[in-house]
Amino acid sequence: MGMTIAEKILASHSGVKEVTAGEIVNASVDLAFVHEMLGMPGGTAELFRKAGLRRVWDPSKIVALLDHWTPPSTIDVAEIHLTCRNFVKEHGIKNWYDMKEGICHQILSEKGHALPGELIVGSDSHTITSGAFGAFASGIGSTDMTIVFTTGKLWFKVPETIKLTIDGKIPPYIMGKDIILHILGEMGAEGANYKSIEFYGEAIRQTSIDSRMTMTNMCAEVGAKTAIIPPDQKTLDYLMERTNKALKPILASEDAQYTEQICLNIDRLEPQVAIPPSPCSATSISQVEGKPIDVAFIGSCTNGRLEDMMVTSRILKGRNVADSVRLIVIPASREVAVNSLKMGYLEPILEAGGIIEGSTCGPCMGGHMGVLASGETAISTANRNFIGRMGHQTSKIYLASPATVAASAVTGKITDPRKMVVN
Amino acid sequence: MLQSGRALRMGDNIDTDVIIPGRYLILRDLDEAGKHVFEGVVSDFSNKIKSAGIIVGGKNFGCGSSREAAPMMLKYLGTRAVVAESFARIFFRNSINLGLPLLECKDVSSKVEDGDELELDLGNGVIRNLTSGEAYKATKLPAFLLEMLKEGGAMKMLKKQSRES
Repeated sequence: MGMTIAEKILASHSGVKEVTAGEIVNASVDLAFVHEMLGMPGGTAELFRKAGLRRVWDPSKIVALLDHWTPPSTIDVAEIHLTCRNFVKEHGIKNWYDMKEGICHQILSEKGHALPGELIVGSDSHTITSGAFGAFASGIGSTDMTIVFTTGKLWFKVPETIKLTIDGKIPPYIMGKDIILHILGEMGAEGANYKSIEFYGEAIRQTSIDSRMTMTNMCAEVGAKTAIIPPDQKTLDYLMERTNKALKPILASEDAQYTEQICLNIDRLEPQVAIPPSPCSATSISQVEGKPIDVAFIGSCTNGRLEDMMVTSRILKGRNVADSVRLIVIPASREVAVNSLKMGYLEPILEAGGIIEGSTCGPCMGGHMGVLASGETAISTANRNFIGRMGHQTSKIYLASPATVAASAVTGKITDPRKMVVN
Repeated sequence: MLQSGRALRMGDNIDTDVIIPGRYLILRDLDEAGKHVFEGVVSDFSNKIKSAGIIVGGKNFGCGSSREAAPMMLKYLGTRAVVAESFARIFFRNSINLGLPLLECKDVSSKVEDGDELELDLGNGVIRNLTSGEAYKATKLPAFLLEMLKEGGAMKMLKKQSRES
């Protein structure tokens, strides 16, 4: 019987020819990555030490980095970073990226760690982002990570797969973020819980690698175990510049079994905004236009890439951020920052009054670099708008594309970017 | 395996940011972090859960971030089990790994009242409501996860396995 991509990857990593949805397998992991969760209270370093474990299974298959609170905002954070560095040294972890590099999911792709057909686990729910390159990538907690660090293996229930087909021509000013917010709104907060999503359709083929990562990233918000875009020439071109490893894309069988098929057409899609407190509450911008904002945030593992900086820059060029708004822009990595600098994207942002920070997750999870006060409203390109996510419990977050957030920063209220003429 | 306590009811889509907001994950003093569990959403949670013991959630309990601190802090503050209509997948794994029992049951949020006395039969997948006299069928946990709960969590099993190998 035919298999989906998720089934094929789990089968090949469990040493069997075939698996079916619902079956439990013990699979060998190709890559495990950790960020500050390694050194947190109750994190993998602490669990490893307390259990008297000595050696990691394979130091060449672990990626460790710092991104959530970089540079450290408190002594507690600085101690967590120190714990991480000590663990990395003690165990000879080969792929170590200290705080200068950027956000984990972006680094995994830039450094050629996210490869088609591979089984990747990470100590972060947005690990799913790497599915943009055809990997089975799934977020896990600290105990599961300790098991992987020790044995190189983890149990998985083989997920059912949803076939998601997005057709149509992407309209002007519409970004991957608008497409995925629309999809999440259609699916609901547990629309893909425990499941895999496979992306198909002419609209997906049109999207850039940057937009694809935005889309797989946010599949975490519908509970998906993994979300996979079958690799095409764009994927291979991107990866061939970044790895010497042989690329072996895995595609689904023609007779693969899907639990559900969802088809959407985006020919007439308008800019989408997710209203608080759910990422799955997308509405067309016309429903929320004019709502005043205090903070505009462009960045995070969802939308801190070169394409996002380009769009932000174009909208802000020759304009000013409204006096009532703090615009915070955080490129997702050093590479994105350097390329944005070379392309001239940063100057218009700074001239407009935007604040550009070094790469970090920062305000996305209310860590630092721009948290919200009581009653404040933010419009953000990040992935979550849960209660208190970016700061005080009474603050509110609207999620949108970089184009919408940049346009809103200029006017001080939620604004349709299609109304901003770009020179 | 039996687990008993009184119900503390919650709604749908309780996310891990609400359980323990991101900004408190860095606190090394768990008593201090504990003061912020369900901050602004459930007042006085730490006292309520000490007398109740069992959280009764709706759909998609534990969605969002993979932070293991969410079930870790619930357990630390005295949660003995969580029952819900459904759980988000990472929260489900993290909880069992930490030895915090979970049961999925579609009837609980409509039939259980705050303060009802519950008895969870984990092995048979049954929730008995001693206050109302009803019993609800829950999804049975697979045998290997029940075994993990009996051992007290995944780390205890891992230690045992590494001693044996």
